[in-house]
Amino acid sequence: MNIKENLFDIATVFWRDWVVLKRRMAKFILSRMVAPMLYLVAFGWGLGRSIEVSSGTYLDFLVPGILALNSMNISFNSITPVHAERIYHKSLEEYMIAPIWPDAFLIGKVAAAVVRALISSAIIVILALLFGAHFQMTPLFLLVLVLNCIVFAEIGFLAAMKIRTYEEMAQVNTYILLPMSFLCGTFFTTQSLPTVVRYFIELLPLTHTSYLLRGIGSGAEVSYLSILVLIAYAAGGWLWGSRAFRRLTE
Amino acid sequence: MIEVQHLVKRFPHKDKAGRAAFKTAVDDLTLCVGNGEIFGLLGPNGAGKTTTIRMMTMQARPTSGIILYDGLDTRRDARRIKSLIGVVPQHVNFDQDLTVGENLELHARLHHMGKEERRARIEELLRYVELADVINDGVRRLSGGMKRRLLIVRALLHRPRILFLDEPTVALDPQVRRRIWALVKDMAKGGVTVFLTTHYIEEAEALCDRVAILSKGHLIDLDTPANLRQKMDLPNLEEVFLALTAEDGAAGKGGRV
Repeated sequence: MNIKENLFDIATVFWRDWVVLKRRMAKFILSRMVAPMLYLVAFGWGLGRSIEVSSGTYLDFLVPGILALNSMNISFNSITPVHAERIYHKSLEEYMIAPIWPDAFLIGKVAAAVVRALISSAIIVILALLFGAHFQMTPLFLLVLVLNCIVFAEIGFLAAMKIRTYEEMAQVNTYILLPMSFLCGTFFTTQSLPTVVRYFIELLPLTHTSYLLRGIGSGAEVSYLSILVLIAYAAGGWLWGSRAFRRLTE
Repeated sequence: MIEVQHLVKRFPHKDKAGRAAFKTAVDDLTLCVGNGEIFGLLGPNGAGKTTTIRMMTMQARPTSGIILYDGLDTRRDARRIKSLIGVVPQHVNFDQDLTVGENLELHARLHHMGKEERRARIEELLRYVELADVINDGVRRLSGGMKRRLLIVRALLHRPRILFLDEPTVALDPQVRRRIWALVKDMAKGGVTVFLTTHYIEEAEALCDRVAILSKGHLIDLDTPANLRQKMDLPNLEEVFLALTAEDGAAGKGGRV
């Protein structure tokens, strides 16, 4: 294995996405401001005024949840165009016939999705501070955010490799991402859920991200088990995604 | 030399009764292509030409059989072989979000070409096919003929030793077709082995040193166009092709699945 060549391959895959993102940067930033702004206004200013939480204001409670769900959505959706490249434009063939390390494709695409999600997260942090939220950003906070982006970018990659139609791709959003956006400790703690539902929800990666970001953001102690869970999801996503890409030739 | 030995590809499908079954797209194909040769794979629609090319270019895994490039096996030496081959697909498969220049740049990077080499080679080839003016245009804006020329340029960018062309002139007007033929001949003169599929008989006759005729996944005959005509005592390759594929069709009705 030639490590220098493999790194070059990852950079090439990333370069392609960066060229496309750079061209649409202004539109990307503007469009990414809409949803978090609405969440902050509706749940922070609107509903939030009448909600009491044990630590600080509801806005302080809400911001880590919004960061978690937004980074999930952006990283997943940043990678879904790979589906159109595979099924409709067939442009994935360029990578399949090139002498590259197959995993470079997955890593490059995931890295580009992480960058998009981090840009979007930076916008939320700025908006949240303007709205008067209080939270700490530490290196561990950033690490958890990046891990969350990796996990959901990999899930997006897998969906793009496996799913056949646009309609089914949209269903992933409807049946998986949307319920997780609301239930995984983003807008309220999982303690409020019935026990059986709670156990299931607490297995999902976004619940661990919400818990970790909220804990680290408020300066509280957090369980490292949740970080291990996210690492396990990321490792599993890589193995599965890599296998799915290699199996496109079957 | 390219050696294809007992190549088989079966795809899962549903039979008439709706039961899970397998369909044989390529059936025990064996052939050799010499270095510097222009080799044509000729056959009607659905004969298995594209499936054969996809297996030879490692975009599809054979069900069984072996493909060797100067002794390198596609199952073990894929990355090395991929650096030796260039592929012009039947369909346009550019990255729609990139410009002409960026599509070529992506290809050059995927083939590990250095910055200066990339720039010079892209400029040289775009000039060669008279597409230098559209380097900064989106690929969606190109005409059919321009897209086809660009597909060929992209495949040649990393100086492949073997060039695969899958129906290179399908749906093109005669002028563009002739231009592409000239380009293919130039490549072969330069020592590149050319493997092309076509269902245009005149294309095979004008370009190919040898032709393999494929029908329903299996090889019916393989020879030079002149020898095929002589063997069958027919005036042109089209008559030979029609005679051979008709015979095969009759044999199929007689019992082969």
